[in-house]
Amino acid sequence: MNSTLAILAVLDGISYAALVFLVSVGLSLIFGVLRVVNVAHGSLYAFGAYLAATFSLVIAQVSPWLTYPALLVASIVIGVVCGGFIERFLLRPLYGRDDVLQLLITFAAFMIMDNLQRLIWGVQPIFAAEPLKLLPNISVFGVNYTSYQVILLPGVAVATLFGLRYFLRKTLAGAVILAVTEDREASTAIGIDAQRVYSITFIIGASLAALGGALASPTTSLVPGMGADMIVLSFAVAATAGLGQIEGTALTALMIGLTRAFVIYLQPEFEVLVPYLLMVLVLLVRPFGLFGAVQVRKI
Amino acid sequence: MAGRIKPITAVAIIFFLASAVLPLFVASWATLFALILAKGIVVLGIVLLLQAGQVSFGHAMFFATGAYTAAFWGKYIGGGDILIFVALGGITSTVFGLIVGLFVVRYREIFFGMLNLAFSMVLWSLLEKMFHYTNGADGIRVARPGLFGFSFTPETFQYVILYVSLLVAIAAFYGVQRYLDSPLGHMLRAMKSNETRLEYLGMSARRVLLIGYVISAFLGGIGGTLVSIIQQIATPEFGFWTKSGEFVFIAILGGGAHAFGAFAGAAMFECVRFYAAAHLADSWQLILGVVLIVIILYAPNGLIGLRQRYGQSRRGGH
Repeated sequence: MNSTLAILAVLDGISYAALVFLVSVGLSLIFGVLRVVNVAHGSLYAFGAYLAATFSLVIAQVSPWLTYPALLVASIVIGVVCGGFIERFLLRPLYGRDDVLQLLITFAAFMIMDNLQRLIWGVQPIFAAEPLKLLPNISVFGVNYTSYQVILLPGVAVATLFGLRYFLRKTLAGAVILAVTEDREASTAIGIDAQRVYSITFIIGASLAALGGALASPTTSLVPGMGADMIVLSFAVAATAGLGQIEGTALTALMIGLTRAFVIYLQPEFEVLVPYLLMVLVLLVRPFGLFGAVQVRKI
Repeated sequence: MAGRIKPITAVAIIFFLASAVLPLFVASWATLFALILAKGIVVLGIVLLLQAGQVSFGHAMFFATGAYTAAFWGKYIGGGDILIFVALGGITSTVFGLIVGLFVVRYREIFFGMLNLAFSMVLWSLLEKMFHYTNGADGIRVARPGLFGFSFTPETFQYVILYVSLLVAIAAFYGVQRYLDSPLGHMLRAMKSNETRLEYLGMSARRVLLIGYVISAFLGGIGGTLVSIIQQIATPEFGFWTKSGEFVFIAILGGGAHAFGAFAGAAMFECVRFYAAAHLADSWQLILGVVLIVIILYAPNGLIGLRQRYGQSRRGGH
C-alpha cells in the first residue's frame, strides 16, 4: 500500500465516520435518556436522505446554493414529523412496560417506514449530487478529494459533538434532560415534565439520524435497504462505544470508519465484516462498551 | 393450572390436525402450512428464551446455519435426503449455538440481545461476502432432496415436506412442553422472576440459560433447514437482522407465555403475508407493521393472551 492510497483511505474513513457518527449519536442519545433502542433509526436516516434529495432536486433549479438549507430543512422536517409521531403515538403508551415491547414497536415502525419509502420514492436508485459538486475539490498531501466530504461533513460532525456537549452540560434544557435521565421520579417531583423531555430528546435524536441521511444523500445513490444497513451499523458503533456515550461514539465512529476504509483498500470483501467483528470483540471483553462504565452515567 | 392449559392443548391438537387435512383440499395451502410449521419451530426457540425473560435479536444466525447446512450438502455432495438434512441442520446449529451460547449467557437483557445481534451480523457478512463458497447475495439453490431413497415430483413433494414439517413440529412442540414442565424448565422461568434466588438455591443460572439457549439454537437450525427445503434456496437474507426481528415479532404476536403461541403467531403472520402479498403486493410489510402495533398496544400478551383474558373475564376476573 503506497502513501497515496493510505491518504485516500484516511480521507474516506474520516468522511464516512462523520456520517456514521451523526446517526449513531442520535441512537445513543435516545437510548441514554429513554432507555429505548430505536430500531426505526435507520429508516429515519433513509427518510432524511430521500426527502433531502427530493428537496434539492427541486430547489436546485432555482439556485444550486439553496440545496444546503434544503438538506437541513429536510432533516428537521423528518425529525419533527416522523420522530415526533413515533414518540407520541407508539412509544408513549409503552413507557414503564416491558423493554421487549418498546423495542418491537420501533421494529414495527421500521417495517412500515421501509414499505412507505418504497411506495413514495420507488425502488430505482436516486442521485442528487448537486451540493457535492458545488464545493471545489481540494488537494490533501497531493490527493484530490471533494471538500464537501473532507471539510463540510467532518465539520458538521465536530460541531454536533461540541454542540451536544454544550447543550447537555451548560444549558438549562440540557440540565433538565440530565436530571430526568438520572432520576425520573425525583425530577418529576420538582416539577419537570418528563414526558416533554422524552419527546424533545427523541426528536433531537431522530433529527440527527435524518441529518446524517441528508448529508449522505449527495455522496451516494439512494436505494431501498439503506435504512436497514445503517441501523445495524450505527447500533454497532453506539454499542461498541457504550450506549449513551457521546464522546465515545465519536471516537468509535472514527475508529470503525478508518478501519473500514483501510480494509476496503486491502481486503475489500471483508468491508462489511469489520464493524460487527469489532463489536463482537469489544462486547466480549467489555459488555458496557469501550467507554461505558459499569455504573453507567447515562449521557 | 392444568385446567387452564388444557384448552390450549386442545387448540394445538386442532391446529395440527387442520394443517394435516386442509392442504389436501387446497393444494396451494400445502406450502403455506409447511412454512407456518417450519417457522413455528424456529419461533418455539424464541418463546423458550422469552420464558427466561431474554430476547435474542440474532436468532436468524441459527436459522441461516440450518439452511446453509442443507445448501452446502447439495452444492458439495449432491443429492441428499430430507432426514439427513434435518439431522445435520440440527447438529450444526446445536454446535454453533453451544459456541455462541458460552459467550452470550454471561449477559442479560439489552446486552444479551446486542451480543446475539453482533454474532448474527458477523455470520451474515461472511455469507454475503465469501462469494466462492456461498454465491454471495444470490444464495445457494437447495435441490429437492428425497426421503428414504425415494424421489418425488414437485406436486407430491410439497405434501412430503408438509408432513415431515408437521411431524417435526409436533415433536418439537411436545418436547418443549415437557422441557418447560421439567425442573430444568422451571429453573429457566425462575430466571425471569428472580435470578439471584435461583443462584441461592445452588443452581448455576448461566448453565440453566445455556441449556435453554442451545435447545433454542437447535430448534432454529432445524426450522431453517426445513424452510430452505420448502423454498428451495438459502440466501444471506436468512441471517440478516430483519429475519431475527421477524421471529421475535411472531413470538410476541402469538404470545410468549405458552409454547403454542409460536405456532399461533406463525399461522397469523404467514397468512397475513400470503394474502396481503397476493392482493396488495406492494404493501404487505406495511400491513404487518400495523398488525404488530395493534397487537403491542392492545394485546401485549399476544393471541394466546387474548384467549386467556377472555376466559378470565368470563369467570369473573381472576
